[in-house]
Amino acid sequence: MKILIFAEQRDLQLKKHALEAVRTGRALADQTGGEAVALVIGQGVKNSAATLAGFGAHRVLIADDAKLAAYSTTAYAKIIADVANAEHADVVLMGASAMGKDCAPRAAVRLEAGLASDCIACTVENGEIVATRPVYAGKALTDIRISTAVKVLTLRPNVFSAGTSSGATATPAPVSVALTDADLATVVTGTSKSAGKMDVAEADIIVTGGRGLKGPENFGMIEELAGVLGGAVGASRAVVDAGWRPHEEQVGQTGKTVSPSLYIAVAVSGAIQHLAGMSSSKYIVAINKDKDAPIFQVADYGIVGDAFEIVPALTQETKKLLGK
Amino acid sequence: MKLIACINHVPDTATRVSIGADGKSIDRTGVTFVLNPYDEFAVEQCLRLKEKNGGEVIAVSLGGDAHKETLRKALAMGVDKAVLLKDDSPRDSFAVAHALAEYAKAQSPDAIFFGKQSVDADDAAVGPMVAELLGMPSVTVVVKMDVNGTDVVAEREIEGGREVVATKLPAVFTAQKGLNEPRYPSLKGIMAAKSKLIEEIAPAAVPARVQVTAMRKPASKNPGKIVGTDVSAVPELVRLLHEEARVI
Repeated sequence: MKILIFAEQRDLQLKKHALEAVRTGRALADQTGGEAVALVIGQGVKNSAATLAGFGAHRVLIADDAKLAAYSTTAYAKIIADVANAEHADVVLMGASAMGKDCAPRAAVRLEAGLASDCIACTVENGEIVATRPVYAGKALTDIRISTAVKVLTLRPNVFSAGTSSGATATPAPVSVALTDADLATVVTGTSKSAGKMDVAEADIIVTGGRGLKGPENFGMIEELAGVLGGAVGASRAVVDAGWRPHEEQVGQTGKTVSPSLYIAVAVSGAIQHLAGMSSSKYIVAINKDKDAPIFQVADYGIVGDAFEIVPALTQETKKLLGK
Repeated sequence: MKLIACINHVPDTATRVSIGADGKSIDRTGVTFVLNPYDEFAVEQCLRLKEKNGGEVIAVSLGGDAHKETLRKALAMGVDKAVLLKDDSPRDSFAVAHALAEYAKAQSPDAIFFGKQSVDADDAAVGPMVAELLGMPSVTVVVKMDVNGTDVVAEREIEGGREVVATKLPAVFTAQKGLNEPRYPSLKGIMAAKSKLIEEIAPAAVPARVQVTAMRKPASKNPGKIVGTDVSAVPELVRLLHEEARVI
């Protein structure tokens, strides 16, 4: 199979999920005797695109144009579909990021392709791709077969392994970019970053605070622990609904579904909506003074006790370990 | 302005999911269905745009008769008209998008709103697919928007921040929590909604592009280890995370 991977960059930095998608695309190509071709879209992306060979891309293409410097849903979807057609791609892969989830459905319609969003597994059985994707925020998993000639899959970040680079580089080949004004019907005119904040959907470590923290003023210790671990701060729905933390941090069925390596739930009881959003984390730590809290049922390690004592001690102990 | 809110009827987020007899869908027995939480923001945004600019709001839902309950909620919130694209058979996201796009095309709306995803299939695909089918721009996961004539400046949530997107109507938007505070239906609205007619249309069948071959519950985890019951357990927890789990 010919696999086309749309490898997302932001600020000329390839996203980790882009590397994961390239590595996964290569694995699919190897299993089916095909080729993995990576595509990077933007302006001035040549150098970063070149490094995708190290993650398994047989070839690297770039759509490099001033009109593509800022993300445009319509233009990116068109280019992905046009390149997939020109390359006769059987499968199009990309990360299920804010950008991937935004443009993949449009690219799929253009390609008359079936779409499997936010996949957590992708294998080949009898020469056919079988994708697994969570539904009901992870309360159930579905196996998906796509019956169209071209198939589009978005891959949940942090689930597939990117591995480490072999160090190989490729010389990216430019694809021609011909965009009309209509193709640029949406265009990003600016971004506002929550300064220095890591997003829960991308973080490898998340420290989440719940209502048991009693008030927004007590999230300082959560931020500190997350900072020492190089992770992101998460929040339960109760905390967000109470206005203690912004909605971007909400983990759960009406927030973000996350799968970090380490999820530390502090004073979170573990409502079913919350568990659905985080129980696929690789390791879960629960700190709660209620030994019957449902969060302990999904936790790998738990401490039954007072978060106000345990979290600062955990921060200190982690600092010691990491030599910070 | 002519505004369309595409809404879905989904299991309440407090539902404990169990797998149905077909092994491909959930067991719906005893499950409470509600208006998809994100769709409330879509309906509210339509109502606010109408209040400001005048016009009409149509709520449309694809599904069986049960979806009328959710359409009545939209009527109670204040939409002018409710339409059921009546089809009880399972549809993939493209087949849903196709039916909605066909309906919308005939209406020539200024804007079409969705919730950012349905909390059942979690595809987040139908909105942008409808936009592509109609040749309209789309902005997803919108948390803020300003409409000035046909010019729109919208903010969408991205990883660790927001993205400001400029586009023009007619366009498709998918709403994220934070875009607005959905109103509660008034008692008067609820009573009036009961007697309103819900238009029924039979959408054309569309071949599925994606098949669910199996549905299962995720592997349940073995009960974890309670490392301790006070602060003295912290060094052992850190050791386990470092040496056993190797995550720090």
